Amino acid sequence: MLNAEEKQLIEQAVRHYEHPRAACLEALKIVQERRGWVSDDDVRDVADALAMSPAEVDSLATFYSLIFRRPVGRHVILVCDSVSCWIMGYERIVQHISERLGVGLGETTPDGEFTLLPVVCLGACDRAPAMMIDGDLHGDLTEEVIDQLLVTYRGKKME
Amino acid sequence: MNDRPLTGRMHPDRTPLSLREYEQAGGYQAVRQAVGRIAPVEVMNLVKESNLRGRGGAGFPTGVKWSFVPRGAQARRPVYLIANADEMEPGAFKDRRLLEGDPHQIIEGVILASYAIEADIAYIFLRGEYTLAARRVRQAVAEAYQAGWLGKNICGSGWGLELHLHTGAGRYMCGEETGLINSLEGRRATPRNKPPFPQLSGLFGRPTVVQNVETLCNLPHLVTHGAAWFKELSRCKDGGTKIYGVSGKVKRPGAWELPMGTPIREILEDRAGGMRDGVHLRAILPGGASTEFVTVDQINMQMDFDTCQAAGTRLGTGMMIVLDDQTCPVGMMLNLERFFAQESCGWCTPCREGLPWIVQSLAAIEAGRGEPADLDILEMHTRLLGPGLTYCALAPGAMEPLHSGLKIFRDDFERHLREGRCPWS
Repeated sequence: MLNAEEKQLIEQAVRHYEHPRAACLEALKIVQERRGWVSDDDVRDVADALAMSPAEVDSLATFYSLIFRRPVGRHVILVCDSVSCWIMGYERIVQHISERLGVGLGETTPDGEFTLLPVVCLGACDRAPAMMIDGDLHGDLTEEVIDQLLVTYRGKKME
Repeated sequence: MNDRPLTGRMHPDRTPLSLREYEQAGGYQAVRQAVGRIAPVEVMNLVKESNLRGRGGAGFPTGVKWSFVPRGAQARRPVYLIANADEMEPGAFKDRRLLEGDPHQIIEGVILASYAIEADIAYIFLRGEYTLAARRVRQAVAEAYQAGWLGKNICGSGWGLELHLHTGAGRYMCGEETGLINSLEGRRATPRNKPPFPQLSGLFGRPTVVQNVETLCNLPHLVTHGAAWFKELSRCKDGGTKIYGVSGKVKRPGAWELPMGTPIREILEDRAGGMRDGVHLRAILPGGASTEFVTVDQINMQMDFDTCQAAGTRLGTGMMIVLDDQTCPVGMMLNLERFFAQESCGWCTPCREGLPWIVQSLAAIEAGRGEPADLDILEMHTRLLGPGLTYCALAPGAMEPLHSGLKIFRDDFERHLREGRCPWS
């Protein structure tokens, strides 16, 4: 069930468009921001709110890469795998993160802390290699910088 | 500042200009000058006269694009203007700079373009990963409403504009004009057939113009200083400046606003500081992932639409990616084609089926499992996925680096086949 706040935010988004379905991605993001991912129930609820069928909503949820249809960790790491970052050492970087976390691309650590995903060009090619953690951009990555970041984000759950 | 109108007043520490700073630096003067004082069609004519061409990559003349929008009683309302801020071309980070560094400039550009085509509603379609730009633009939009630059009856003209920030959720296809429109409507970002062109039937079936961020950012300056001034900024017949960028193994990767038509050599050597110690230049993708490679002997080429086209490549985004001699060209092409295969929306058969084939062939060659016939198959695909066979430019764009790469790096491909391994690994 969508809660009152989610319903209100979705109604607000709908007002920006000629048709309610245009707010579908925004609605999915509103849900995901609060629940971490989008479940089958969430898909049905968003469909109801926008007078769409669940299949229509799911066709969007599964098409757009920033909508997660499976549970993710507390922190989501998006590593840029496009050409400038690849030239500047993407493979080395992703291998290092994988070793540190003990998971490969598309996987979540057993403790539920981190999900590791590839992402297309982040528009940070002048600071390659680059990645995002929870929506924050980090560039000029080295093994040392990554180790530091993982410690920092791991600590964030303690707050 | 005047020779760098788009970036000259930005803060060196990359904090955004506030509304007050923007207005003090002459911001929103163009809106004050134009809205309600000059007829919309005159603003369009000014843009036509300036030779401003679209900075998203295709280089279509902006004023001409606007001239197809029906006016007055003919137009079905609302008319829409969309700023394409879905910057996702590998190698490009220019629109990010503009959005983060001076969010009011893009808003003023949106207002002027909307006025020129008599639009009622505008959207800034921003890619989901640009979270910092989203925060800054959202705040700037709120400030602009409060100051009366947006909303009803702007400058007492009787004309009003609603502007909304729309953030995406990934997918390169959202940067394609009609894919963007579908995505904004709450559909998958698949392309639409043209005609009808968006200017007649775009968002929700209404007249719509989609324009790149950098293009729109030119408008306030163009309106304030005029077409003659704008033309003089450049070193070629297209008007204005261009934000050029360099990434790869150079000493100082970055982006710089320079006269349109600046040669590659000046950008690469004077701005980016040349190659890092120990590596040498092999080739350049001049305008992003979907442009043809150019080689070392072409680095005196001027970076403008016509010169690039005459040289067999495209200006594209003007954000160049540099290949050095320590990096495997086959590996680089594999990376590029993987990107396109992944980002294909699956709408057209040549793109959906062809790109994975290309990736498999390139991966086999890179892993030392290639066969001589693979090169012929790759070459054949550059024709099967070429212009005219798909609804949008994703597949033809993907063929540009493959097409030129197969020629330029022929020896490297053959070495992979002969030695049964990647010589760089």
